[in-house]
Amino acid sequence: MTKDVTEDVKVIPGTNAFISTIDKVVNWGRCGSLWPMTFGLACCAIEMMAAGAAHYDLDRFGILFRASPRQSDVIIIAGTVTYKMAPVIRKVYDQMPEPRYVIAVGSCACSGGIFNTYSTVQGVDSFLPVDVYIPGCPPRPEAFFEGLMKLQDKIRSEEFKWSRWR
Amino acid sequence: MRSNEIVNKLKEAFPEEIIEVCSFANQTSMVVKKQRIVEVMRFLHDNPGLNFGHLQDLCGVDYKDTKPYRFEVVYQLFSIEKEHAIRIRAMLPEDDATIDTVTPIWDGASWHERECYDMFGIVFKGHPDLRRILMPEDWQGHPLRKDYPLKGPKEYWKGFQEVLRKADEYRQYETKVLD
Repeated sequence: MTKDVTEDVKVIPGTNAFISTIDKVVNWGRCGSLWPMTFGLACCAIEMMAAGAAHYDLDRFGILFRASPRQSDVIIIAGTVTYKMAPVIRKVYDQMPEPRYVIAVGSCACSGGIFNTYSTVQGVDSFLPVDVYIPGCPPRPEAFFEGLMKLQDKIRSEEFKWSRWR
Repeated sequence: MRSNEIVNKLKEAFPEEIIEVCSFANQTSMVVKKQRIVEVMRFLHDNPGLNFGHLQDLCGVDYKDTKPYRFEVVYQLFSIEKEHAIRIRAMLPEDDATIDTVTPIWDGASWHERECYDMFGIVFKGHPDLRRILMPEDWQGHPLRKDYPLKGPKEYWKGFQEVLRKADEYRQYETKVLD
C-alpha cells in the first residue's frame, strides 16, 4: 500500500499522508534550522562573519546567527579562548536550551594552537562538550560549511533525543 | 625641532637627570633617572618650543641579566603641533620598581600604566586607580617578567578551576541519549 520516498519515509498514495518515525521528523527539523550563538574571539570570527555574509551565505542552509543564547541551538567558539574568558563562555553555554551543540573553530579553540602560554586555555573541550572540531588557522568558510554539515549529519543520526522521558 | 635640539634643551634644563642619549634608526632616546621624571615630563609637555602634547605609548621593559638595573619604563612622546618625537627611558632597579605617575600630565597614561603594572609589577605612585587591566584581578605574578614561566603557574587560575568544577557538576543534567 505504501511507497518508499527515502529511507524510513513512506507515503500512502492518494492520501497526502506520510509515515515515518518521530526521530526522523524531529532531526530533519533540527538540521534545517541550526541557529548558532556566535562567540567570536579572534581572527576566526572574521572568517565566521565571511561565512555568514552574502558571498558564502550560511542562510541558505537555514543557519541564522542569533545573538542570544536563549534562542540558539549551537555555540560556535571561534577564536583563542583565554582563562579569563572561559567563565563567560561557560555562562553563555549554560543559558542555552537543550538540545545544544558546540563547535570549536580554529586551532586555538581546538587545542590552544600556537599559544601554549600562561593565559590560553588548551582546548575548549576541557570545559565544554565539543561536537565538531574545525581545524585551521583560521579555517576558510568552506571548512566552516564542512563542520556544520558534519554537525547536521550527527543530528540526523540521533535517536530519542527529543524527549528525556522515553 | 630636530632631535638633537630637543636633547640639548632637555640637557640644559636637567643636566643631572640625563644619563645617556642614544640613537637608533633615526630615533633618539634618552635614558633618565626616575626620581624627577614628573618634572622632566612636565617640562617636555609645557615648554612652548617642545610642546609634547601626545603620549603615544608608555610601556615597560625587563632587562633581567643584561643591564645593571632591571626595568625600564619607556615613554614615547610626540608633538602634534611641532611634528617631532622623542623617546624617554627611565631606569628602575629591581628592588625598587616604582616610579611617579604621569597621569596628571597626560590622562591617557592611566591605562598604559595599569598595563605596565599588570605585566611587569611596576608600581606607579600617585596613580588614581592602579588595578590590573588585562589579567584577572586575583592573578598571581606579572607575566611579562623574564622570570615568569611561559606556561604560567602549575596550578590553574582559581576562576578556571571553578569553571572546570562547574562543567563537571553540570554534566549530570545534560540530556542523555538513551538506547
